[in-house]
Amino acid sequence: MGKRIDVKDLNVFYGDFMAVEGVSMTVEPRSVTAFIGPSGCGKSTFLRTLNRMHEVTPGGRVEGKVMLDDEDLYAESVDPVAVRRTVGMVFQRPNPFPTMSIRDNVIAGLKLNGVRNKKVLDQKVEESLVGANLWNEVKDRLNKPGAGLSGGQQQRLCIARAIAVEPQVLLMDEPCSALDPISTLAIEDLVTKLKEQFTIVIVTHNMQQAARVSDKTAFFNLEATGKPGNLIEMDDTQQIFNNPSKKATEDYISGRFG
Amino acid sequence: MTAEAAPPGPGIPAKYSDAHSGDDTSPGGGLGGIDHGKSRARALKNSIATVLIWGAFFIALIPLVWILWTVLSKGLQPVLHVNWWEKDQSGAGAPAFDHNLRGARHAIVGTLLMGLATAVIAVPIAVLTAIYLVEYGSSPFARIVSFMVDIMSGIPSIVAALFVYAVWVTTFHWTLLPIASSLALTMLMIPVVTRSTEEMLKLVPNELREASYALGVPKWKTILRIVLPSCLSGVITGGLLGLARVMGETAPLLLLASYTQYLNQNLFHGSMAALPTMINDQALNINVHIAEQRVWGAACTLILLVLGINLLGRLIGHFTKVKR
Amino acid sequence: MSSVTGASFTDETPGPEGEPPLRGDRASTGRLGDRLFGGMTRLAGGVVLAIVVLVGVFLVVRAIPALRANHADFFTSTEWSTSPLKFGIVQLLWTTVATSVIALVIAVPFSIAIALFLGFYAPRWLAQPAAAIIDLLAAVPSIVYGLWGAYIVAPQFAHVQSWIQDAFGWIPLFGRVPGISGGTTIFFVGVVLAIMILPIITALSREVFAQTPMTQREGAIALGATKWEMLRTTVLPFGRPGVISASMLGLGRALGETIAVMLILSTLPQGANWSWSLFNGGSTFASNIAANAPESISDTRQMGAYIAAGLVLFILTFVVNAIARIIIERRKAFSE
Repeated sequence: MGKRIDVKDLNVFYGDFMAVEGVSMTVEPRSVTAFIGPSGCGKSTFLRTLNRMHEVTPGGRVEGKVMLDDEDLYAESVDPVAVRRTVGMVFQRPNPFPTMSIRDNVIAGLKLNGVRNKKVLDQKVEESLVGANLWNEVKDRLNKPGAGLSGGQQQRLCIARAIAVEPQVLLMDEPCSALDPISTLAIEDLVTKLKEQFTIVIVTHNMQQAARVSDKTAFFNLEATGKPGNLIEMDDTQQIFNNPSKKATEDYISGRFG
Repeated sequence: MTAEAAPPGPGIPAKYSDAHSGDDTSPGGGLGGIDHGKSRARALKNSIATVLIWGAFFIALIPLVWILWTVLSKGLQPVLHVNWWEKDQSGAGAPAFDHNLRGARHAIVGTLLMGLATAVIAVPIAVLTAIYLVEYGSSPFARIVSFMVDIMSGIPSIVAALFVYAVWVTTFHWTLLPIASSLALTMLMIPVVTRSTEEMLKLVPNELREASYALGVPKWKTILRIVLPSCLSGVITGGLLGLARVMGETAPLLLLASYTQYLNQNLFHGSMAALPTMINDQALNINVHIAEQRVWGAACTLILLVLGINLLGRLIGHFTKVKR
Repeated sequence: MSSVTGASFTDETPGPEGEPPLRGDRASTGRLGDRLFGGMTRLAGGVVLAIVVLVGVFLVVRAIPALRANHADFFTSTEWSTSPLKFGIVQLLWTTVATSVIALVIAVPFSIAIALFLGFYAPRWLAQPAAAIIDLLAAVPSIVYGLWGAYIVAPQFAHVQSWIQDAFGWIPLFGRVPGISGGTTIFFVGVVLAIMILPIITALSREVFAQTPMTQREGAIALGATKWEMLRTTVLPFGRPGVISASMLGLGRALGETIAVMLILSTLPQGANWSWSLFNGGSTFASNIAANAPESISDTRQMGAYIAAGLVLFILTFVVNAIARIIIERRKAFSE
């Protein structure tokens, strides 16, 4: 599992407003790529184009190509719903379904897509929760509501829910920004473990986090408010943090702005 | 969505000065010159306002208490009789010769049946309309529909009845059936349920929808399986409040459902009594003791029924707020 | 694509090829399920739209034959007779507007005061139950208001009324009308309608008052304003459009109220003299229709007269509600 993402000359729009301009990048399979950059630089917006979540916002559209291995995600014949099953997503704030138990949360994606076999589902619950490092904490209360867990546990529940549908790629949009340091650490450990199976892209405001978990780092920036965001550079994380090739990257990393 | 996209808060200084511009009671006087005469006048005004505002509330309680007391004291006695619930008014002849209270079963059953039929027609239309307005609507058509929901909520019930008459009788020459009343009541119920469902749908956080989309769940399943269950209790509350409203309606029934003394359980046949029409019928002879008892007994039954459904709806809404 | 998900038929059937891609909201796709469900919701919205339009169309079309056969001028005659067809709306319009305006004049100050009470004066433990109690007033069926008003309160109100007539009878609005005694008059109906529309105006006013930005309120308090001054300078001006539109909705409710008016208000005999007095009897559009139309129910020609009256009432409430809506929309646009 884990597919390569190839983005070519991607422009992202909200209606007539261009939010991100001219991004090209390659994300290697089974690696962790971090997106960093100041607020409003379009990194989250860009992330959401990778599973066509961007289009859920009214007026959202793109120009350019996003290839998943050999498949163009934006080709006419491609169903955006199918794309989202292949490219999963974890959000900033933990958002378990409030009406469902822990168990039902994990298999929500499968059940809503028509899987009914109880044995398969039970197996999937355990597999996904183990995969999300949550099994030991919740195995005795699978039928309790998911909203009763702590923030960090909820976020791992959301990760379990995302990996239960067996995606190829996992997108994470600032998954730790609402969590305390201990829960953050737990998620970071999990990310390192998950990259053995999935291609992971993570947006983060926390540069130490980017340095800790990612193999590659992409720095996004925008010239001024109202202008579209750009990809400034993308390289090995070591390289970006120790010896960036662009001045803007160095300024940002050394805390001179942003 | 992310905090980056949040609109900026209101410009405080601008609004602030705006609220005070051209206002002569803005407290003046610096720290140095406290004008005691003026401040006493201000304190007095403040006290008067406090008294008036408390007073207004207590005055508003008078009619409520008075109505409830009247209805209960005059109507509870017949309602507590077993016959009231088990018998209809069949056999009630000219009031002067008739000394039996008999019952209101025909009217109670009629009110419930017509109310339920109304809900069965109105709730699906209302909930779907609300879903359209909240989940799909941003087009000009949606704005027109939203406007029409407002207009519909303002249609007087008697006009709704005239409309049903104009279609049912004048145009199609059908005989009036109990279901015709339900159709008129439907027009009163739809806007109530639509608006309350809309409010509830708007309270469901967008994050839940996104979480579902991100799992590759199509929109319609997201709405039916994730969004609606999250606010189901609110929708039920809205439905019950709407039901309470239409069950208490009288005007359409006067026109479309002629009163009968007999129990009828078929919405598609004959005429069907309801509590409001029973009250209206017996009120003609309210000077006769037995008719007076029937009037207030029916009023008591109606108010208990309507307030009961209303309270039930509010309780459901109160104890199961939209889950986040 | 991933194939772990054994999906149902409606799920996996995208729309016909060559369809133009949906613009914007692509959470909804060309799937059969999405097209069906989306279509159903749109259809429901269309039904609502169609009903309102049809109400207008049918009322107009079915009123025309009666209007053609009318022997009196519809807009200027004070008579109302359906056999022979001789009907005009002047008396109905006057009674309808007079009762509703009285209701509004009484209800609005009370509603504002109660809304302020619920939002700013009631102690925390009381605010919620108090609001629920005011809401209960709205839950009482109007026929119960009618019974209560006609048989319980009106005899008492007759004393108040004759006191007012003694003191102010020289003003035409409060003059005595021969043959009308007891409290069952336009003025009293206005009082009962005021009670009936009070909860709706209160609830909406309370909502807008609560939206007054905290910064404004605290600013006023910080300047040393008393509570009342704070309310007068920040909350009331901020809420004014909301209160006006709430009042319009209340007015719409009062204009269309039927059974309470019908039970309370004394009707006038045929050919009664015109009077401007608020202590006169009369019929509103709604009470006239409800009281007299059932007699003509089998004669569609005669019913046309009532449908014409209903049409005027519909237009009246339509305009009032549209104004309320426009005020709300304006305010939204302004505050966003």
